[in-house]
Amino acid sequence: MLYREAGQFKTNYVDDQAVFPIRQDRIGIAVILAVAFVGIPLFGSDFFISAVMVPLLVFSLAAIGLNILTGYTGLLSLGTGGFMGVGAFACYKLTTIFPDVNIIIWILVSGFFSCGIGILFGLPSLRIKGFYLAVATLSAQFFLDWAFVRIPWLVNNNTSGAIEVPSRYLFGMPITGPMAQPEVRYLVVLSIVALLTLIASNLVHGRIGRSWMAVRDMDLAAELIGIRLYRTKLLAFAVSSYYCGVAGALMVFLWYGSAEPAVFGIDQSFFILFMVIIGGLGSLVGSFFGAALIYGMPIILKAIVGLVGLQISPATVEHLTFMAVGGLIILFLIIEPAGLARLWQVGKQKLRVWPFPY
Amino acid sequence: MDILYKIFIDPFMQMGGAPDLLVQTLWEGLVAGMLYALIALGFVLIFKASGVFNFAQGIMVVFAALTLVGVYDLLRGAGVPSGWLAAYLALAIALGVMGILAFAVERVVLRPLVNQPDIILFMATFGLTYFLIGFGEFVFGGNPKRMIAGELNLPSGAVEFKMAGGFVAMQKIDIAAVLIVSVMVAGLSFFFQRTRIGRALRAVADSHKAALSVGISLEQIWVVVWFAAGIVALTTGIMWGARSEVSFSLQIIALKALPVLILGGFTSIPGAIVGGLIIGIGEKLGEFYWGPLLGSGIESWLAYFIALLFLLFRPQGLFGEKIIERI
Repeated sequence: MLYREAGQFKTNYVDDQAVFPIRQDRIGIAVILAVAFVGIPLFGSDFFISAVMVPLLVFSLAAIGLNILTGYTGLLSLGTGGFMGVGAFACYKLTTIFPDVNIIIWILVSGFFSCGIGILFGLPSLRIKGFYLAVATLSAQFFLDWAFVRIPWLVNNNTSGAIEVPSRYLFGMPITGPMAQPEVRYLVVLSIVALLTLIASNLVHGRIGRSWMAVRDMDLAAELIGIRLYRTKLLAFAVSSYYCGVAGALMVFLWYGSAEPAVFGIDQSFFILFMVIIGGLGSLVGSFFGAALIYGMPIILKAIVGLVGLQISPATVEHLTFMAVGGLIILFLIIEPAGLARLWQVGKQKLRVWPFPY
Repeated sequence: MDILYKIFIDPFMQMGGAPDLLVQTLWEGLVAGMLYALIALGFVLIFKASGVFNFAQGIMVVFAALTLVGVYDLLRGAGVPSGWLAAYLALAIALGVMGILAFAVERVVLRPLVNQPDIILFMATFGLTYFLIGFGEFVFGGNPKRMIAGELNLPSGAVEFKMAGGFVAMQKIDIAAVLIVSVMVAGLSFFFQRTRIGRALRAVADSHKAALSVGISLEQIWVVVWFAAGIVALTTGIMWGARSEVSFSLQIIALKALPVLILGGFTSIPGAIVGGLIIGIGEKLGEFYWGPLLGSGIESWLAYFIALLFLLFRPQGLFGEKIIERI
C-alpha cells in the first residue's frame, strides 16, 4: 500500500537509471542513514556501538570487497583475510613512519597496498578458473599469514609481534587508540563505509560493473564481445582487495585497538565468504545482511542460551553454537540459495503488489 | 653472489655431503605425501561423483578418528575385557557411523540442493564442517586423545637401516601407513574399474543426466561415494592420529591436501597420489634445505606455490580432465 510506485513517472533517462528509482526507496535509505548517523550515536549504548555496530560495518565493508570479486566477477577467493591484513599492516607502518598525516588519509591509502598485493595474486586468475583459482588464492592467504608473523619489520620489531594502535587525532579528538570514544570511532567507520559503499554502488551499476558481470556469466563469451579479460579480472582483484584492505585497517585501528597476525588467518577469509554467500552473491545490500546475520548469529544464540538460563558449561555452549551455526548455514542455503538479498527482493515485490498475490 | 650460492649450490652440496640425511628427508616426504594423498583421495572421490568440492573432508577425518577412540573408551568403560576386541568393535562402529553420516548428508544436504551452483554446495559443506566440529566436541569432548594404534595391532617403534655411510630411521607405523595406503588405493581402483557400482560411479562422473537416463540412481551413488570418502577419512584419521594424537587441530591437514588436489587435478585418483608425493617430498626438501634461508615455517605455503607453478602450465592439474569450454 505504502510501497508502490504508481504515479511516479520518469521523464528523463537519468531518473530512469537512478540507483533507487522508487521514491519510497529513497525515503527509506534517507531514514536509515539518519538513524545510522544521528540516532545510534545519540541513543545507542557504548557496548552496542563498539561491540555490535562497528564490527558490523567493518565486516560489511570486507564483504562488499569480496562480493565484488566473487559475486560480481565470479572469481572465488579465499584470501580475504590476508588482504585485510595487508591493509592493516600498511596503515600501521604508514602512521608510525609519518605520524603527522591524518590517520583517515592513511586508512584510505593503505587500501592501495593491499590493492597491489591483490593484483599480484590475481595474475593466475587469467589462466586458472573455478575451484582451482580458489585454492590458488589460498596461497596468498598462507603466504601473507607467514609474512605477518615472520617479518618483524612490519610491526616495528615489537616484542609482542602485534600491532599496537597509537593514538591519532581528528579535529583535536582522539579517534584511534585507547582514549577514543566509541561514538567517534563509530562515526568515522560509518562515514568511510558509507562513502565506499556509494562508490561501489556506482562501480557495479556502470560500465565496469557490467563487464564484471559479463565475465562472471561466461568469460569466453565476454571476451568475444570485446571485453578485455585480463584488465577486467585484475581490476576486480584490485578493487576488491582495496575494499578488504581498508576494512582490515578499520578493523585494527577503530575496532580492535591491537591485533595479532592470527586475526587475519584463514578463518577470517571463510567468515567473510559466509557473509557474502548467505547475504547474496552479487548484491551490495546482501553484504550488509550477510554480515549482520553471520556476525550476529553466535551473539544471539549465546544470548538465547543466557536467557533460557540453562545450566550448561561455557564449553558446551560453544559446541552447541558451532552446531547451530553449521546447521543454520545449511538451512539458509536450502531455503534460499540466492541469499538474503533475494528474500529482500521477494519481500519488496510482495509489498508492491499487495494485497494481490501477483 | 652469496645468496645465489646459498640458493642454487649449497643445498645440493649438503645433499651430496650427507646422503643418509637426504634419504631420511625423502622418506619423511614420502610418508607425509602418502597421507596428503589419502585426504586428497577423499576429495577426489566426492568431486568426481557429484561435483561437490567437499571442504568437510578434513573434519570427517577428525570426526572418524574421534568416533573410533571415543567408542573404544566407552566400550572399555562398559566392561569389554580385552583391548583388541574393543578396538575392532569400535572400528566396526566407527565405520557404521561414517555410513550413517553419508546417508544423512545425502538426505539433508545434497538432495535439497541438487542443481544448485557449485559454490552453494561448497558452502553447504562448510556448514557441515561447522556442524561436525560442534557435534564431535559435544559428544566426545574437545581435549586431545590418544589413537588406539597398539590395540589395532599397528606396529610401533622404529627400524634403522645402515645406508650411505649413516643411519636412516623409519617408524614402523609409517611403513605400515605406506602399505595400507597402497592397498587401499589398489582396492579403490579395483572397485572403480571392475565392480558394477564402480562403473555406475564413473558413469555419474561423466554425466549426471546420461547416468540418470540409463537408470542409475544418483542418490544411491552419492551415498556410496560419501561412504567411501568416510572410509578413506577413517583410515587417514587412524594413520595420522597414530603419528601425533587425535584432536581438532588435525583438521588443518585438509588445507594441506588442497595443493595436492589442484596439482593432481580434482578428478583424478592417480593424480591425487602423484600430487601427494610431489607435494610431500617437495615440502620436506624445501623446508630442510632451503627453509633456513627464509626463516622456518615456509612449509605452510611452499606447497601452494609448488602447486601454483604447476597450474600455470596445466590449468586443470597434472591429470585432471581437460576443461573444454563451449559458448
